[in-house]
Amino acid sequence: MDSTQLIAIFGSILLQSAPLIIAVCGETISERAGIINLSLDGSLLLSALAGFAAALLTGSLLLGFLAAAAVGAIFALIVAFGSLHLRQNQVAIGFVLAMLGDSLSAFLGQNYTRLPGPSVPAWHIPVLKDVPVLGPILFRQDAVVYFALLLVAATWWFLFRTRAGLELRSAGERPEAAFTRGVAVRKLRYIYAVLGGALVGIAGAAYSLDVKIGWAEGHTRGMGWIALAIVIFGGWSPLRGALGAVLFGATKALATVLQRSFPQVALVAFNAVPWLLMILVLVLVSGRLAAPLLAQAPAALRRPLRGLLQAAPPAALGQPLDDN
Amino acid sequence: MQVHLNTIHKQFGSLVANDEISIQFEPGRIYGLLGENGAGKSTLMKILSGYQQPDRGEIALNGVVQHFATPRQALAAGVGMLYQEPLDVPVFTVLENFLLGRADDGQRPQQSAKALAQLAGRYGFQVDPHEHTRELSMGERQQLELLRLLAGGAEVLILDEPTTGISAEQKDLLFASMRTLAREEGKTLILVSHKLDEVQELCDYAYVLRKGRLVGGKQLPCPNQELVDLMFDELAPRPARQTAPGDVLLDLQHVSARTPRLELEPVSLHVQAGQVLGLAGLEGSGQELLLRACAGLLPLSGGSLRLAGEPQPDWDYPRARQHGVAYLAAGRLEEGLIAGLTLTEHMALVSNAHGLLVDWLQNRQLAAQHISTYQVVGQPESYIENLSGGNQQRFLFAMLPQNLKLILMEHPTRGLDIRSTDWIWEQLDRRRADGTAIIFLSADLDEIAARSDQIAVFSGGRLLRSVPAAETTADELGHLIGGAL
Repeated sequence: MDSTQLIAIFGSILLQSAPLIIAVCGETISERAGIINLSLDGSLLLSALAGFAAALLTGSLLLGFLAAAAVGAIFALIVAFGSLHLRQNQVAIGFVLAMLGDSLSAFLGQNYTRLPGPSVPAWHIPVLKDVPVLGPILFRQDAVVYFALLLVAATWWFLFRTRAGLELRSAGERPEAAFTRGVAVRKLRYIYAVLGGALVGIAGAAYSLDVKIGWAEGHTRGMGWIALAIVIFGGWSPLRGALGAVLFGATKALATVLQRSFPQVALVAFNAVPWLLMILVLVLVSGRLAAPLLAQAPAALRRPLRGLLQAAPPAALGQPLDDN
Repeated sequence: MQVHLNTIHKQFGSLVANDEISIQFEPGRIYGLLGENGAGKSTLMKILSGYQQPDRGEIALNGVVQHFATPRQALAAGVGMLYQEPLDVPVFTVLENFLLGRADDGQRPQQSAKALAQLAGRYGFQVDPHEHTRELSMGERQQLELLRLLAGGAEVLILDEPTTGISAEQKDLLFASMRTLAREEGKTLILVSHKLDEVQELCDYAYVLRKGRLVGGKQLPCPNQELVDLMFDELAPRPARQTAPGDVLLDLQHVSARTPRLELEPVSLHVQAGQVLGLAGLEGSGQELLLRACAGLLPLSGGSLRLAGEPQPDWDYPRARQHGVAYLAAGRLEEGLIAGLTLTEHMALVSNAHGLLVDWLQNRQLAAQHISTYQVVGQPESYIENLSGGNQQRFLFAMLPQNLKLILMEHPTRGLDIRSTDWIWEQLDRRRADGTAIIFLSADLDEIAARSDQIAVFSGGRLLRSVPAAETTADELGHLIGGAL
């Protein structure tokens, strides 16, 4: 395998990971504000269908993405309303919605199965595309990939560098403390759950209009659960989450290569590789091993390393609000 | 800033927490707000700081009537409250906690960090803006909250039991800063406490609440006795009771224990079969730790424990149960019973039956039998959380095995009416007569004085004194409780 091939593989891994990265960012935002949206798998399927159908019918890619975002936002709104107003369990609502989205997409998508449709065109960035190695990987992609990469940076910056991000995180960590300081916790949870859901919707359209063009029953099935797992793996940080998404894509690609070299091993065994790797990393990071490892690090690095390694969920994640 | 609370009334269900309280606070002074647990201090201060709204009455600041819907509004008007457990976000950095909820003043984070450090320096606090808040001690978290309130424009500062769980040095530092704030900066300070010595040390004037009412105010310093008289009801004379002490059942030698918040200094105590030992002390004085250590729920950090003469080096809860020790926690529904299960299901859980299947018919009969013997108002099919507190406590007693050696209880009758209280103690007396020893703690001095044979008084993690109940007086207990000796 020469270097051009390797670069092509890396470029394709990035493209394959892009929708996952977008969904992970969306869910991270929602969970950081305290709302766990478990409907991802169904929401991705239905928004993938909505995006494809809207783009096909109107001929506009933009309308396709908007329709998908709307579907994702509505799903998230149902979870938020059920939790914040009806005081129902977020996990239960999300679970039911995940199954509803799956079935509904199969039913509504019957007439759109395996139709040729519009797709996001490639868009090479002038100058940057000619940078050796990085150019072909990062800058000979399309708008979806650029959006995913910018989204990661923007989400991280928003969460950890802005006042609004601080308020968002406080709503998910200790709502009663946020309340005493005048943060409108309920409102913020609505806003960020819906925003996160819209991003999940965009991720759905990113599949059906770009990465896995078209529609078929169960088109993105499983990717929602994977995204939810990666949010945990990412320790509720968009950077680590994006890393996890790419790592996931890379190990999948690696598994395909390995499978070719060891045909006697069943394909399903290789499919388990990404998960095993994730469990291993989580044990390393969140178990008792982290503290002694940190103690070995130079003092100046300890604080940033701790921030990177620690992966506690938002303390109030999934909890209902008190009435005040 | 002058604060005027006018006929504040607040009711929770049938409980009147604040009964037409009118009270005034002047700038430049430090006030103590005294009272027993449940006297209504916290409710009143939560109303003043906007966390709760009164049913009736009004708040005036410098003569202007205010309505606070949220704590944010109260702080904007100049009233800030420091809660017993600081309301901060543990995973945030110190700087993030300082900034959360503050209006954007256009400062860069570095400038804000500098401003925070400067403010801290003014009161002798040391803060590292980039440290994570969860790494801080309770005292440091308090300092941070105090700085945040000051930066937010607080002119009236309320501190709710601020000295619980902080070190002596941090307490001195806190008190020094409070004096600076009042004397030099003219702020109005209110210290909510039930510790007399602290209030005497720091405050200019003390208001005393009892059972939701303002019962008086005293210029400080004044004799402790006057405050004690205001705080506590006169203790009823102890009914004469014959005690027939048996052999030493539980013998503690230099037992110590610790939690992150409190350390229990070595305690040596013993209790005889058929004896009742009452543990007195303000909440968080160490008596809870001792009780949990006896139950095997908290490991001993030192000392030794003997049960019926036998050393027990590896004391833990399963072992305690095997040896006939029962423990009834204060949180009936949190630690004692299981919400969502019926009375019958509780019976099935505690039965020692083995095997795959539950004999529901038998357990239902057992539940019905207990319901009638223990006079529980409920059905075998009732969910436990739907019973009243008194009936839950009765059912807890019903589930206690017979022939116990030792019963350990936290607040055995808290929140119960007189009928249930008397009934519970009747049951305990019956067991006591059979040679069961009882150790209990209670916030109710009356109960401790009336029901114990021996009383151990705790303060600040230390056993102050252990006296036979017959030899102590109401005055003495009240004094000791206030930490005055």
